[in-house]
Amino acid sequence: MLGHPASPEEVASWDSSVFPDGEGLPEGQGSVAEGEKIYQQQCQVCHGDNGLGQSADQLAGAQMALTSEYPEQTIGSYWPYATTVFDMVRRSMPMTAPGSLTDNEVYAVTAYLLYLNKLIDKDDVMNASSLPKVKMPNEAGFINIYEAERKTN
Amino acid sequence: MNDKNNDKSLLEEFQIAGNGLLDRRLFLKRGLQLSAISTLASSTALANDETSDAISSRQPWMNQPGKPFSLYGQPSAYEDRVVRFPTQNELVPGNGVSWTPLHLMEGTITPNGLHYERHHNGVPQIDPKQHKLLMHGLVKRDLFFSIDDLLRYPMQSKICFIECGGNSNAGWNKQPSRSEAGYFNGMASNSEWTGVPLSVLLDETGIKKQAKWIIAEGADAFAMQMSIPIEKAMDDAFLALYQNGERIRPENGYPLRLIVPGYEGVLNVKWLRRLKLSNRPIMARNETSKYTELLPSGKARQFTFFIEAKSLITSPSAHMLLSKPGYYQITGLAWSGRGKITKVEVSADAGASWAEAELQGPVLDRAFTRFRLPWHWNGNVAVLKSRATDETGYVQPERSELIKQRGRKGFFHYNAITNWQVDKDGFVSHVYDKQDNETPNTDISIDSGWD
Repeated sequence: MLGHPASPEEVASWDSSVFPDGEGLPEGQGSVAEGEKIYQQQCQVCHGDNGLGQSADQLAGAQMALTSEYPEQTIGSYWPYATTVFDMVRRSMPMTAPGSLTDNEVYAVTAYLLYLNKLIDKDDVMNASSLPKVKMPNEAGFINIYEAERKTN
Repeated sequence: MNDKNNDKSLLEEFQIAGNGLLDRRLFLKRGLQLSAISTLASSTALANDETSDAISSRQPWMNQPGKPFSLYGQPSAYEDRVVRFPTQNELVPGNGVSWTPLHLMEGTITPNGLHYERHHNGVPQIDPKQHKLLMHGLVKRDLFFSIDDLLRYPMQSKICFIECGGNSNAGWNKQPSRSEAGYFNGMASNSEWTGVPLSVLLDETGIKKQAKWIIAEGADAFAMQMSIPIEKAMDDAFLALYQNGERIRPENGYPLRLIVPGYEGVLNVKWLRRLKLSNRPIMARNETSKYTELLPSGKARQFTFFIEAKSLITSPSAHMLLSKPGYYQITGLAWSGRGKITKVEVSADAGASWAEAELQGPVLDRAFTRFRLPWHWNGNVAVLKSRATDETGYVQPERSELIKQRGRKGFFHYNAITNWQVDKDGFVSHVYDKQDNETPNTDISIDSGWD
């Protein structure tokens, strides 16, 4: 028994995981307009104009369906949960300075990316309450192979 | 007996499948007669060969003292082409992969400096004194463990492979990859990992009844997190501190790596800093947007943890040259995330007939298994294949079968049979089955999709 107790404050400062139902989302908020500015400064060089992709993934503007010969797997066409965008941007982005965005800035970039994907309106604000409510078109698009195998075995 | 007669009698006695495949026991029974296995060379290396002068009875290095001792041994300077092959994002050089040169290696253990790499944003240079593991969530006690703490627990070792879910994904492309075998199949490596069973630490934290998943997070710049079923965690997952007897290399997770034997590489979280017990998966980017496999229906397979059985002939393989007709050893690796390899079959006639290869013991659970088979190449075109079966009875599929099941847009979990064609000049190249050939190539290569 060599572990050392972690205080609730320590756990809170370490725990950055955000679940689809919004558990783990911090205080704060961000708008589409704020997010657009941050995107242009921090994200566009890799992800391209309007999230259309460059050296890094296309994030928006999917024209080709997932069933087509050249499927475009963007946030709007493929990602099942909007909270994943917040979680990913906060923990990993931008690649040259991860962890440098404030929670408000992460909410704003998330809002802009959801707006680019026509999932929210231009005036919508993303926060811990609104973000988990964003309906993602491909939420039902996944087959849980692990669960399926457990049932058959 | 001259060579020709010898060849003829051996072929008559030992051929067990088409186009010169011989009984796997031949090396044991008639080893001496096969002592002259023909030369197999890399086509590039052969071009660089210089004819050496008459060899004197004492080479120069016998006439002077050798070099002194070294603190950490390095490969011979003459082996400098046995290296990993990195392919990375131009703007973010820490985002990409490096491939293990499986085609230049023998045996089953991957030396630490050649273990494949997949980083999302570079290799963190972690001071182990500053590194801690937090276990929290649906546990009875939230606990930190320092590396010094973890080094004090009783340890276990397991020899197992780790394979990236995206390994061999060039196989989904319409045209066969032109790379050497390891440089499009070498995101798979095999090490002895040593560390603390996760179940021991979970006993210490206690587990609340609702806990079903463990979310593991790394301490790199990407802070990657992945969800792992708690039953896997309790079954055979462990926290590795050592790799092949030494502390894990930074690029493989120093100072602490989660090992989930048989699960795809991304779940073997490197630089492990946090384990959160939860009643549901986190739905991280790398278990939704990536590491899921889009099917022709538009639905995607998710939580496809296990690596299915796979094999690869490493020699002869692409870019090698058979110097002349005669005897060769066909050898390669087989592995399965579901357990032990039970059989590897080899074909030299594009799958028309198959011969069972010798498996080098010990055959271990979820580990690289080396196979070998003697072969007489008659100088004509030959297409070599290998096909693995694991202890669940699963048989490695042909490429056409896999594509029939999954389409070509899944990116991950490509485990189909690989073909090597030996042409009349002895040059070896990668080919698809004839019915799989599609021209012209209007496809976008997916080799570059590592974000």
